Amino acid sequence: MTMTAEQPTPATAPEAPSTTGVLDRVLKVRELAIAVVLVVMLTATQLDNSAFLSQQGIKDLLLNATILVLVAVGQAVVVITRNVDLSVGSVLGISAFAAGDLLHGGGNPVLAVVVAVAVGAAFGVVNGLLVSLGQVPALVVTLGTLYIIRGLDSIWIGSRQITAADLPSGFTSFGHDGIGVVPYLALLTAVVLVAAAYYLRSYRSGRDMYALGSSPEAARLAGVPVRKRILAAYVTCGALAGLAGALYLARFGNVDSGTGNGYELTVVSAVVVGGVAFTGGSGSLYGAALGALLLTSINSVLPSIGVSSVWVQAIDGVLLLLAIAVDRVVALRVAGLLRKRAAQTRSAHHG
Amino acid sequence: MSFRTAPARRAAAAVVAATALALTVAACGGTTKKSTDDAANSSGPKSSASANPSAATKKGLTVAYLPKQVNNPYFTISDTGGKKAVEALGEKYKEVGTSSGTDTAGQVSYVNTLTQQQVSAIAVSAQDPGALCTALNQARKNGVKVVTYDSDTNASCRDLFVSQASSEDLGRTEVQLMAKQIGNKGQIAILSAAQTATNQNTWIGFMKDELKKPEYKDIQLVKVAYGNDDAQTSFQQTQGLLQQYPNLKGIISPTTVGIKAAAQYLSGSRYKGKVQLTGLGTPNDMRAYVNNGTVQAFELWDPAKLGALAGYAAVALASGQITGASGQTFTAGDLGSFTVGQDSVVVLGKPTVFDKSNIGQFNF
Repeated sequence: MTMTAEQPTPATAPEAPSTTGVLDRVLKVRELAIAVVLVVMLTATQLDNSAFLSQQGIKDLLLNATILVLVAVGQAVVVITRNVDLSVGSVLGISAFAAGDLLHGGGNPVLAVVVAVAVGAAFGVVNGLLVSLGQVPALVVTLGTLYIIRGLDSIWIGSRQITAADLPSGFTSFGHDGIGVVPYLALLTAVVLVAAAYYLRSYRSGRDMYALGSSPEAARLAGVPVRKRILAAYVTCGALAGLAGALYLARFGNVDSGTGNGYELTVVSAVVVGGVAFTGGSGSLYGAALGALLLTSINSVLPSIGVSSVWVQAIDGVLLLLAIAVDRVVALRVAGLLRKRAAQTRSAHHG
Repeated sequence: MSFRTAPARRAAAAVVAATALALTVAACGGTTKKSTDDAANSSGPKSSASANPSAATKKGLTVAYLPKQVNNPYFTISDTGGKKAVEALGEKYKEVGTSSGTDTAGQVSYVNTLTQQQVSAIAVSAQDPGALCTALNQARKNGVKVVTYDSDTNASCRDLFVSQASSEDLGRTEVQLMAKQIGNKGQIAILSAAQTATNQNTWIGFMKDELKKPEYKDIQLVKVAYGNDDAQTSFQQTQGLLQQYPNLKGIISPTTVGIKAAAQYLSGSRYKGKVQLTGLGTPNDMRAYVNNGTVQAFELWDPAKLGALAGYAAVALASGQITGASGQTFTAGDLGSFTVGQDSVVVLGKPTVFDKSNIGQFNF
């Protein structure tokens, strides 16, 4: 909601610079807050256990986050348009197996990644068409495709699995090697993140996504090609889930018909913790990526300081509620601020 | 079961035996539902018919396998082994089950369906020790023999449990394997599945007991971590162990998911070859890590033999050769002869150790 007014609407042109300034600052604060929590948490862990941020430790933190960051970025694009894609876990699983199957048969690793992305994008098209043409709530549609894709996955794969022995060693070492402390997977993820965030922030079609999420009706009246944009959001999300599938294969070296089961909820949590409002039109991809990084880092921090893993889920839940509470407070404040400004403007005009 | 209730149980057993007889007659009359209700009114079923070891193996029986999860590679191997055994005896084989390993309600409804279909025996790997009890006892009241394999229910809900290897053997041999790899000295940790996993907890109990022996006095078990049989969680738990205990010499992972995740992590980290890893894994999962030097040796039973033994046991029960009482023996094809132990448990045997020299011979 907070970004509703951030769309460049000509009607408020004179006020736009200052309003955007305030909103921008608020949003940066929102992302900053997650970053601060993350830094504090990592520093505290490092003080408790000096091995935590060793070279291997940093590499592991980044690697742990990559797959979730990719899927969360895709999901954030969809959530910003006031939709959701619950099928990401299934898409990740089936595209990981598609890539694995190709590599198992002696295929080219680059081609395998391309195939995974293509499989993901294809399911994105299906989701996008169903949501945009069917005018059915995305929650229901993608819940359906979640099961359908998982079913296809089970029929196709059966009890087969791809194990590390089936993969070329270059592909698995791509999954854990890197330049210094920065793994290749993290670099790839960072490139995707920056590109997607730039597009969403600076291109008209990217801004349309926010407009769509803020108010679908207003966006349509303003001439935003609603169906095209929704389709684009789902294709992006599917393609990124596919890419994440390929990276999953490289990192874990193991895929079966259960891969990615239940992953959608982790992804949605990351997106919400990252400040992307479920009501659409608000949040940034950097926020979603930070949310993902925060969630995976917690899972690394707890074992490192010797806390039992049974706490992980509870802590994730608390974070989620905290994030929503913060968003709500911020939204109310911003709304109040905007009302005050609007009143001032009006009285200025009248006077 | 305390001895106090034993007489009551025996009395109940007699009632059930009578009911079962009446039931067979009633079933012939086609009033399955009514007879089910009658049976439900009596207390727990307990096979009291005496075994006839020399009875001929009946033909045309149907043995239904209900694994914890269909399409799970492990159960596919074990059930395929079961299929071969069952069909070799001239019986019919079928497999049904849930696609999720935690869909207990689904498993219950499969048991009910199989009961209605009047299969001769069910070989089930239970997702939960207690949840299936009512359904399984219902099945047994209707004359269906119940064999559990891989994962047991409470002892009162099945005729026989075919155990993959005794928990004691599994727990102790894993410690012995690890001790050999680290030269009987240093810190070790355990990476288990879920904190509530029955199998793993029993094995870990025996591991701790084995570690009390004097020859292992220089080995310290520093922590039991839980990876929840999830690749990412197992990765992070392994990372946590290595960070928390920089001098860690070895990790025992008594779960196939945990060990392959830990192996994949170790093989791509600076700990490769320095921190030893052993536990329960399948040769296909672990091949790459044994060949690249991350893992020296690990162990497992042969799931195909486990499934086969469950099949032989089910047929022996359905043919009346055994009733599941302790001390009875039956032959299981080329697996040899097996004796029913305490609590109606049949043990497959000692686990097989896989290392670089023999891993090439196994494909499961």
